[in-house]
Amino acid sequence: MAKVTVDGIEIEVPNGFTVLQAAEAAGKEIPRFCYHERLSIAGNCRMCLVEIEKMPKPVASCGQPVGEGMVIFTDTEKVRQARRNVMEFLLINHPLDCPICDQGGECDLQDEAMGYGRDHSRYLENKRAVTDKNFGPLVKTVMTRCIQCTRCVRFLSEVAGVPELGATSRGETMEITNYVERGLTSELSGNIIDLCPVGALTAKPYAFVARTWELRKTDSIDVFDAVGTNIRIDSRGGEVLRILPRINDAVNEEWLADKSRFALDGLKRKRLDRPWIRVAGKLQPASWDSALAALAARIASAAPSRIGAIAGNLCDAESMMALKDLMTALGSHNLDCRQDGTALDASQREFYLFNTTIEGIDEADAVLFVGVDPRREAPVLNARLRRRWVENLNFVAGMIGRKTDVTYACTHLGDDGAALRAMLDPEHEFTKKLAAAKKPMMIIGQQALARLDGAAVFAACWQIAGAADMLAADWHGFNVLHNAAARVGGLDLGFVPQEGGKDVAAMLNGGVDVLWLLGADELDMTKIPPETFVIYQGHHGDRGAARADLILPGAAYTEKPGTYVNTEGRAQLAQRAIFPPGEAREDWTIIRAASAALGKPLPYNDIEALRRRMIKVSPVFGAPDVVRRIAHADGAKPAGDVAHLTDAPFTPAFETYYQTDPISRASPTMAKCATEIPAPLQRAAE
Amino acid sequence: MSEMIVSEPFSFDETSAAAIPAIIGRYPPGKQASAVMPLLDLAQRQMARLTGHAWVPRAAMDVIADRLTMPRIRVYEVATFYTMFHTKPVQKFHLQVCTTTPCWLRGSDAVMDACRHAVAAHGDVFSTEEVECLGACVNAPVLQVNDDYYEDLDGIRTEALLEAFRRGDAPPLGSTVGRQNSAPEGGRTTLFADVTKQDSGAES
Repeated sequence: MAKVTVDGIEIEVPNGFTVLQAAEAAGKEIPRFCYHERLSIAGNCRMCLVEIEKMPKPVASCGQPVGEGMVIFTDTEKVRQARRNVMEFLLINHPLDCPICDQGGECDLQDEAMGYGRDHSRYLENKRAVTDKNFGPLVKTVMTRCIQCTRCVRFLSEVAGVPELGATSRGETMEITNYVERGLTSELSGNIIDLCPVGALTAKPYAFVARTWELRKTDSIDVFDAVGTNIRIDSRGGEVLRILPRINDAVNEEWLADKSRFALDGLKRKRLDRPWIRVAGKLQPASWDSALAALAARIASAAPSRIGAIAGNLCDAESMMALKDLMTALGSHNLDCRQDGTALDASQREFYLFNTTIEGIDEADAVLFVGVDPRREAPVLNARLRRRWVENLNFVAGMIGRKTDVTYACTHLGDDGAALRAMLDPEHEFTKKLAAAKKPMMIIGQQALARLDGAAVFAACWQIAGAADMLAADWHGFNVLHNAAARVGGLDLGFVPQEGGKDVAAMLNGGVDVLWLLGADELDMTKIPPETFVIYQGHHGDRGAARADLILPGAAYTEKPGTYVNTEGRAQLAQRAIFPPGEAREDWTIIRAASAALGKPLPYNDIEALRRRMIKVSPVFGAPDVVRRIAHADGAKPAGDVAHLTDAPFTPAFETYYQTDPISRASPTMAKCATEIPAPLQRAAE
Repeated sequence: MSEMIVSEPFSFDETSAAAIPAIIGRYPPGKQASAVMPLLDLAQRQMARLTGHAWVPRAAMDVIADRLTMPRIRVYEVATFYTMFHTKPVQKFHLQVCTTTPCWLRGSDAVMDACRHAVAAHGDVFSTEEVECLGACVNAPVLQVNDDYYEDLDGIRTEALLEAFRRGDAPPLGSTVGRQNSAPEGGRTTLFADVTKQDSGAES
């Protein structure tokens, strides 16, 4: 610890702290443009100058380590004058286009210019102009505004691990560019928009849409992957205009994946805004009363064992709870939330959770991926794995599955079941590495479990984990990485086949007469026989709605309060930002209304009562935002048999990252990304 | 950036390829990215040898990046930072005029003008650009033609120099006013006595 004095305040800070950090610890704000606490220190904006006793010149506080007994002044006349001069230089080439700049109102340069800017310019020469660059369909560039802080360059190189930006040329001709005039290929590229302290990098789809002070801000949870990224939904009137990350160090730190950020224009297209009933092969608009009457009539005429329900990827836990209770009330045991057919065992939480937890990644020193592409299935989580690789020189990663660039060194061990079986041999090279590691992790993807021999894959992974000492009392290194926001919530609520009930495959192949799809679109609809009556409850006119005989318009994740449990088992509450369009309703209320129409009213009339019911089913819902690392329970063993493992290759969960669900498939921005940004396979072939 | 020329594909020819292992071998294992500047130079000289235009196409930068397992943008950064690397084709005689303060004070404008005129008249032989300090300030103004420095220039001497190049002559390197290295103009002005004969202990 070092004792320093900041503006007369004596504090003790750890050695290795910078002067800027010490000043912040003392409650003093230091203006900065290039410094960012999650990036390396560049020290090129010079805005954070402070005076330090016995140092002849002002010092850039961001890069100056503290020393014992240092006396720091952050607000002397000399400091203020130095910052004013820095600001004058920064503004020499910065255009005065704040009125038409999308950063206006949330611009660091604008804010600091209020404190340190001059009221006029003394610069008479021509200003520098820089041609705009093509950074792809997501990031708009106005490079004349760039003050060359290099935050974007550092983010892509250090955090995203896709070093595509750099500073070319030098002096006055220096430019931030990717040089090749091709879109950025990182799944985290949108974060450079947040990082940019000026308006050089702004969101292309959001260009000239709104001013920051017009927006209503709602805290919510992202549903495009299972990480449970904390987001802020910015809306105006009945429209969601922008989605930004919120800081949560345990989950997403302050990053957000591109699909989560930019798929929001899909929320306005292809929406189901009224009930529809299929009459003589054609969908006809209907009223809620007639829709619910038709539903009640059809369900009443079906045998309870011939009614089934499948929950999709984007469902909130509330609606799944309500649907499960309704099915139970109807006497049906046919429930499933694993629409991709994964062999997930819901009997014990450690069988389907990311047990290490996202924060636990920071302790790991080895990882084995099985049938998962972490970069595309959970970009933010992958960035954390990458950081662990950067920090820990001994970190080793291995992958069984389709070979992809995960942005860090990763040994490809094969792409099929045979490669996994080889790992069971303790003499296998990578098995030895896992065994030698102190805190090894195993991450299993959904596609590894969706195979016909999914249970055997699971058992093999469990055996490898046990042999590598991942299933210890103080370290649970066995992880299932989900890619659907609804999945863990569904499993926690027990939305799986009950005693003697049918699973997804059985329900699809004519096992039921009435099939209730709760936002389930990632199914092979052609398997459903024509005589099955399909009720689709959801928000987009996608695959499910196309097959449906009855459509109940629901709400998207921005339009309803909901609980989502992320892949590590963390329940998080999302708030409603706007109301659903037209006659669409919050999903649990639709199910509650249907239960009344069926004469079996569910015992809750408001969401609070429903949530109390959820807490009774699983205490997880009683402790939102908390995740407790579960220790491995002795004797827990999955049901699958390793002997059934086949040699079939592992396939990726999705071919294109940008279009994976009804919302992103409806989004023009995501469609543009899918066509303009080269797919990972094409890149590898280049 | 719109005029950027990619010139695909590029590969090192036999002469260049033979030199690469020795270049990379100069740097410790794992630090092979340090070889980026010698390799860019190698590529540029190969282009001069094969096409008559000394420059580094983007395809060559990509080849170098892949060879040194470094991100391509890092190679682009290096290649665009130094004026010694040309990212666009240059002519047989590439005239780089130093216009930084000492050269400018000593009349680099006239040198620049002469070079511009030469390019206007004989664009198939000459190309020119302004560069920052070439580090020969004592003999300012200075003009770099390909690898060689020509110093103490003025407009007329520059024109004569360029005319000589065009004729195919090989003018003498260095100062154009007969200065010896960076000694004062017109011979030395101090240290006339033969210092070696003086008594070394006399002063103490």
